[in-house]
Amino acid sequence: MKKTIITVVGKDTVGIIARVCTYLADNRINILDISQTIVQGFFNMMMIVDTNLTEKDFGVIVDELNALGEEIGVVIKCQKEEIFDQMHRI
Amino acid sequence: MINLFEVAETNEMIAKENLDVRTITLGISLLDCIDGDLKKINERVYEKITGTARDLVKTGEAIEKEFGIPIVNKRISVTPMALVGGAACQSCEDFVTLAKTMDRAAQEVGVNLIGGYSALVSKGMTSADEMLIRSIPQALHATERVCSSVNLGSTKTGINMDAVRLMGDIIKETALISREQDSADCMKLVVFCNAPDDNPFMAGAFHGVTEADAVINVGVSGPGVVKTALQRVRGENFEVLCETIKKTAFKVTRVGQLVAQEASRMLNIPFGIVDLSLAPTPAIGDSVADILCEIGLEYAGAPGTTAALALLNDQVKKGGVMASSYVGGLSGAFIPVSEDQGMIDAVTAGALTIEKLEAMTCVCSVGLDMLAVPGDTPNTTIAGIIADEMAIGMVNQKTTAVRIIPAIGKGVGDKVEFGGLFGYAPVMPVNGFSCEAFVNRGGRIPAPIHSFKN
Repeated sequence: MKKTIITVVGKDTVGIIARVCTYLADNRINILDISQTIVQGFFNMMMIVDTNLTEKDFGVIVDELNALGEEIGVVIKCQKEEIFDQMHRI
Repeated sequence: MINLFEVAETNEMIAKENLDVRTITLGISLLDCIDGDLKKINERVYEKITGTARDLVKTGEAIEKEFGIPIVNKRISVTPMALVGGAACQSCEDFVTLAKTMDRAAQEVGVNLIGGYSALVSKGMTSADEMLIRSIPQALHATERVCSSVNLGSTKTGINMDAVRLMGDIIKETALISREQDSADCMKLVVFCNAPDDNPFMAGAFHGVTEADAVINVGVSGPGVVKTALQRVRGENFEVLCETIKKTAFKVTRVGQLVAQEASRMLNIPFGIVDLSLAPTPAIGDSVADILCEIGLEYAGAPGTTAALALLNDQVKKGGVMASSYVGGLSGAFIPVSEDQGMIDAVTAGALTIEKLEAMTCVCSVGLDMLAVPGDTPNTTIAGIIADEMAIGMVNQKTTAVRIIPAIGKGVGDKVEFGGLFGYAPVMPVNGFSCEAFVNRGGRIPAPIHSFKN
């Protein structure tokens, strides 16, 4: 199974995780792992998700999450896991 | 499993340190387009390029989205046109029609540059080679996207000094024909010694005759990433310095390897090589000269620059080689003047001269790149500068190149503006003593003794 990494970075506010998770649930994207920290008031979250069941194109999900981020006032990036694996694992 | 900090590090490199994939270059062989009829050959070239590269830009954009990494350029390189057009072209004007066809095809598929308006004349010129070379000023002026390169020498063959002398004239003519645009056509023209067949970077990319029908080559970048990593080890000894560069180069190259494999899979075209180059841009923080300063120099060009660059180039290769299964192209640090803000500053401050640049080219990839000289520099002096650079490549068994811009109507202290990725360049002083009698001798310089290895 190829995994996808979603990162959310920005000023902390109420309901960030809820909004992102709702979007993922609506699009049948399964969350496998979540880690989150707050550093100096900045919200920093990483999710590992499985996009195999969604019917949407990967590019569309990237754009929609990006738009959702703008709405909430945070930066949401959605990237295939391989880029991190390649860079940080031999 | 990947953790938050690793993900954050990668995304920081992309967002703040200008990590990108500089180019996906699709090499296309045009050998099967050869025909004695000029009209037919033009049609075939157009169809082959547009057919093979139809999905190149779309694929590049899809990969950008998948991995969240910018792929700055999608480009095409083709078989040297002197070989493709030799049978059909009877005049320079005939060759120019092929350049226009390349330009149209590049425009149709949406790439910003197409390389391969080239001739390989390291030992001698055929009449077609010479015709193509003489057509370069017209061809570059009549097109927007076409890049031209000429291989003038190699370690195996020596240096073709007739072609060197001719290129002195051609570069000047190219500058003159585009003087209204700050002689900008010269940006798209480069001469080589030991030109690689699989270079993905412009202006020197062409698809060598030893290559397959089509191939994907990828050029990575990342001077900003290396510089930021080095900021964290200020004052540490050389071992720590080298280790840091190596690790960073590994990470940067892995991204290139991933993108190359993905592009190859999606386009169903074999993967050729990853070019491990540190390629700067005029953007602040994307400069090779800044890395040299971070290593400990006040300006690029100060004493110690050649040693620092040698170290940098070597560590980039050592880190990069392990990250990719096939490494090729130019692979090393690029030191163009106009495309690197740190180099521009060094020239403006008087720290960097052509002679020092020449010394630097002995220890890194490519050569005298994107430097502007006074417009009244004699053609023979330009040929002399080229000959020096070719000699460095020939003797050191490495690629060297010259991309020089005689800024017509301008002198030392003026600057030429190219815009975009090409930046601007201050006009540099040239040694005023003549080499006319030397370059006018004619013939070729024999291959050096250490090339006889059989």
